[in-house]
Amino acid sequence: MKSRSVFQRLAAAPHILWMILFIVAPMLFVLYFAFTDNEGHFSLSNISTLSQYGNVFVLSIGFALIATVVCLIIGYPLAYFMSRSKPSTQKILMVLIMLPMWCNLLIRTYALMALLDNGGLLNSLLESLGLDKLYIVGSDAGVILGMVYDFLPYMVLPIFTAMTKLDKRYIEAAHDLGCTGIQTMTKVVIPLTMSGVISGVTMVFVPSISTFYISQKLGAGKIDLVGDTIERLFKNTSTYNVGAVISLVMMVLILISVWIMNKFSDDEGGVII
Amino acid sequence: MMKFLQKSYMFIIFALLYAPIVVLIVFSFNDGGSLSEFTGISLKWYGELFRDEEALTALKNSLILAVSSSVIATIIATFAALGLHHMKNKLIKGTITSITNVPMMNPDIVTGVSMMLLFVAVANFIHAKQFFGFGTMLIAHTTFNLPYALLSITPRFNQLDKSLSEAAQDLGCTPARAFFSVELPEIIPGIVSGLMMSFTLSLDDFVISHFVSSPNFQTLPLYVYNQTVHNVKFSMYALCALIVAIILVILLAVNFTGSVNSKKKSKGGAN
Repeated sequence: MKSRSVFQRLAAAPHILWMILFIVAPMLFVLYFAFTDNEGHFSLSNISTLSQYGNVFVLSIGFALIATVVCLIIGYPLAYFMSRSKPSTQKILMVLIMLPMWCNLLIRTYALMALLDNGGLLNSLLESLGLDKLYIVGSDAGVILGMVYDFLPYMVLPIFTAMTKLDKRYIEAAHDLGCTGIQTMTKVVIPLTMSGVISGVTMVFVPSISTFYISQKLGAGKIDLVGDTIERLFKNTSTYNVGAVISLVMMVLILISVWIMNKFSDDEGGVII
Repeated sequence: MMKFLQKSYMFIIFALLYAPIVVLIVFSFNDGGSLSEFTGISLKWYGELFRDEEALTALKNSLILAVSSSVIATIIATFAALGLHHMKNKLIKGTITSITNVPMMNPDIVTGVSMMLLFVAVANFIHAKQFFGFGTMLIAHTTFNLPYALLSITPRFNQLDKSLSEAAQDLGCTPARAFFSVELPEIIPGIVSGLMMSFTLSLDDFVISHFVSSPNFQTLPLYVYNQTVHNVKFSMYALCALIVAIILVILLAVNFTGSVNSKKKSKGGAN
């Protein structure tokens, strides 16, 4: 075995330097701002103001959880049906599910708002039919609908990928061994596509809990989530410190949930093998 | 019967997914400037869009930023992948990979806020008034592109036969030359996909840019955001429709040429 040359040793150096300067240092600055006051003295007062934002956190977690569950309930059957269609159709369906992902989130959220708005197409249709208007924009349901609409493709794609990797012979074997359709689903298909579900859940939950554009547009500014709070606090220099604490809490919250989910998927994998 | 139910379910979900986008595109041609009543076909909003200096500058800025940040990120990531590939200490290797993945795992808003705090602190330290702009945007975009670029290049290195580089060096190549003439050609596909991924991520990013930009350097998503904060100009619909159309064309082109290429490759393999 040859020893590593200087070139090979130094190849990763620019990356490591960049990482320290622009990933590690910014995180340290979040910590610094979280534990100091406006003058830069050490202080725990920001931590104590956290209790004021308790309900904002609860609301955000609740909304994100509901959106994730709804995405899973809609997306799982969709991915399953997609994987059971002809290979040529599958390709088209893939493009159809990926196109919204490549579209800017602002544009899609805005399009949805324009459609559902009080003076939008849906309400003028309802009016011309003689029905009552639906005031979706500005309600809790509107914000959750926005999250589901924006992030559904992120749930479908990983599950669909896991489905296509699933060996069809397992399903046939389950049928041969006397499983009913539902048993095949719960004992074979769902456990074997769990990895897709886990990454789908992560990819919906994380952006849902931290969004601020969706709640601004579809909540019509009436609903305040953690994302909105952070965004507002960082508009004003004097509230940077409180903003840093909230960002820190959110980061820890998400790292823990991602870690738990990875743990969960590892265990599942162990059971299958 | 089951098949029919499955198909109608897929149809309904896809219809709901596309309804807002289709409505937006249709109404971008609406002469009247109303979202609920279609009064006549007109291209006037498109005309207005192309006369809008601000929108055109934002598009130019977006492209410059996407090209430069994706190129820098891919170059750094290529050498990083090489270095990590030859690194023997598992602990350091693992640490570097996990730290690189932090921007990928963190919510965008936290990444954006943390970079902003760094820039604010540096700007205060050197007493700079106009610190935010292209420079801060370039650093931020390169940073969040890095994990994705590394993620698409590293697997290529892992597939590589280590003895190839060693053989080249035994035959008299310097390690640098061995990299450029033996390893690099093998990992080109990874580099290309890393480049494309970074480019689209950069073009698409709004949240991180929102925190590290300044009014004098606006990208397209920031322009859309600023336009949709209060009352909306109708040319926004035209812009959105154009963007959707361009993405559709690119996606179809990639899928189409992809299948042509793979056909060519399998043919070549048969020969």
